[in-house]
Amino acid sequence: MEAILKGRNLVKRYGKVTALDHCDFDLYPGEILAVIGDNGAGKSTLIKAVSGAVVPDAGDVWLEGKKIQFTSPIQAREHGIETVYQTLAMSPALSIADNMFMGRELRKPGFMGKYLRKLDRAAMEKFARDKLTELGLMTIQNINQAVETLSGGQRQGVAVARAAAFGSKVIILDEPTAALGVKESRKVLELIQDVKSRGIPIILISHNMPHVFEVADRIHVHRLGKRLCVIDPKDHSMSDAVAYMTGAKEPEQTAAA
Amino acid sequence: MSEQSANTDYESASSNLNETVAEFEDTRKGLIGKLQHVLHVNPALVPLIVLVASIILFGMLVGQRFFSPFAMTLILQQVQIVGIVAAAQSLVILTAGIDLSVGAIMVLSSVVMGQMVFSYGIPVELAILCGLLVGLICGVMNGWLVAYMKLPPFIVTLGMWQIVLASNFLYSANQTIRSQDIEDTAPLLQVFGTKFQVGGATLTLGVIFMLALVFTLSYALKHTAWGRHVYAVGDDPDAAELSGVNVKGTLMSVYILSGLICAFAGWAMVGRIGSISPTVGQLANIESITAVVIGGISLFGGRGSILGALFGALIVGVFTLGLRLMGADAQWTFLLIGLLIIAAVAVDQWIRKVSA
Repeated sequence: MEAILKGRNLVKRYGKVTALDHCDFDLYPGEILAVIGDNGAGKSTLIKAVSGAVVPDAGDVWLEGKKIQFTSPIQAREHGIETVYQTLAMSPALSIADNMFMGRELRKPGFMGKYLRKLDRAAMEKFARDKLTELGLMTIQNINQAVETLSGGQRQGVAVARAAAFGSKVIILDEPTAALGVKESRKVLELIQDVKSRGIPIILISHNMPHVFEVADRIHVHRLGKRLCVIDPKDHSMSDAVAYMTGAKEPEQTAAA
Repeated sequence: MSEQSANTDYESASSNLNETVAEFEDTRKGLIGKLQHVLHVNPALVPLIVLVASIILFGMLVGQRFFSPFAMTLILQQVQIVGIVAAAQSLVILTAGIDLSVGAIMVLSSVVMGQMVFSYGIPVELAILCGLLVGLICGVMNGWLVAYMKLPPFIVTLGMWQIVLASNFLYSANQTIRSQDIEDTAPLLQVFGTKFQVGGATLTLGVIFMLALVFTLSYALKHTAWGRHVYAVGDDPDAAELSGVNVKGTLMSVYILSGLICAFAGWAMVGRIGSISPTVGQLANIESITAVVIGGISLFGGRGSILGALFGALIVGVFTLGLRLMGADAQWTFLLIGLLIIAAVAVDQWIRKVSA
């Protein structure tokens, strides 16, 4: 099977630090790929290199077999790659609907939209409400409430819903459950399964081994700036995974690549 | 697979608990809590309440002389320049910036308009265009330094204030153009002073321009993508960038628009005072910031409404005229305005606690 998103020989240096050292990366259609690694292993840099937030010093990235070179996350977004950042990238004082459509607002048809550039608020609110309902985020009552009045889990939910609504090819989730409680994490994990069932592949970066082993189809173990191995969560235990990523244990061979 | 189910086991213990996710009992309800929420949603409400209250207060204290169409419209005439400049200032402050050069840009623009006509004999229409262009260019410089050179807006506009003001004095050689001369050769410069009588009220074109400007900007900020981007940039520029907003472009547009509006304020000022003098309008930057703050726009950006800034300017106008009609020392005005500024910021902080 052809990888939908593929990276080869990616290199990124920050001064004397080599964050990515000839790293390879593969994401296949319809799967959830977890990326795990110790702090400073270069997970974030890898993800940023494939999503346009960082321009790699060397190496190539292919999307659906076509070579691409993003210089900003906006370009990646235009190609259907949506990222949910750990910081969520939302404007706290603006409403849920405003945030979901930030940077891609809908305008009213006809004179009002064309010449007075009036936003089609009703359409945006309806779309936002539909998306949140689809993903089971019914607890949010008012689509016009400011994001800052939402709980952590609800904010995460809105951010995931935004990515799911617009991400047509790949969705990247950076530590989606890190700041959440047990119940809220569960909601987000359900959300991830839900997005997967629509056939959109997901890259999940997480430190939470139970969560990773629960949802991931394959696990990319990152160590010292490169891909150490890719393991199947069904054949390996969590302690194996932790041992690989900390270097306590060497993988037998490149399994299940 | 057994591994996996074992992993999730610890969570299954909580699965048959009640399903509500982190819902807290809202203990702040009651009248005060509701008020706080309403104010959070409508930030221009506080200055509007203060404005109405102060009009009623002075109406009772001073009586007919204050509570007349004439006095009410006099306030509008007196605040028109500050109101126009405050509109520009609001845009900049909404992006978490500040523009200290507004007054200087305003004066330089009016001086350029005058000099073009009286020193070079350029047709007045063209001269006005030159003046507006000067304001626009000042805005471009501010915007470029803030957006692309990433310098703090306070420092950039502090510098530009001095530069523009000095250019203004050097260029005009400190000369004032008399009102009579303008009336004879270039009456278009005074067009904003054109008066209308509506009942006992007197309106000028400048007042109408101020109101039209505020309402247009209010529409643009609320109902266009550009307006939403201005708020998003002021709220959190990194988040705005990541969610696809052109942060640099938005900042540029705001500073350019601010410069242009200041140039219009310079034109309106000729209509208001008649003459063109390089020494007027020195306090416009402080007065506009005062109006914006009293109007409930947060200095930290991203919160507030431009209507609030108009109300803020009107509150200052009401206090100034009211106290003058009462025969009080002008210093009382400043003292009360100072109190209002501090109170406005305190209220802003309180309203924001809704989100905490």
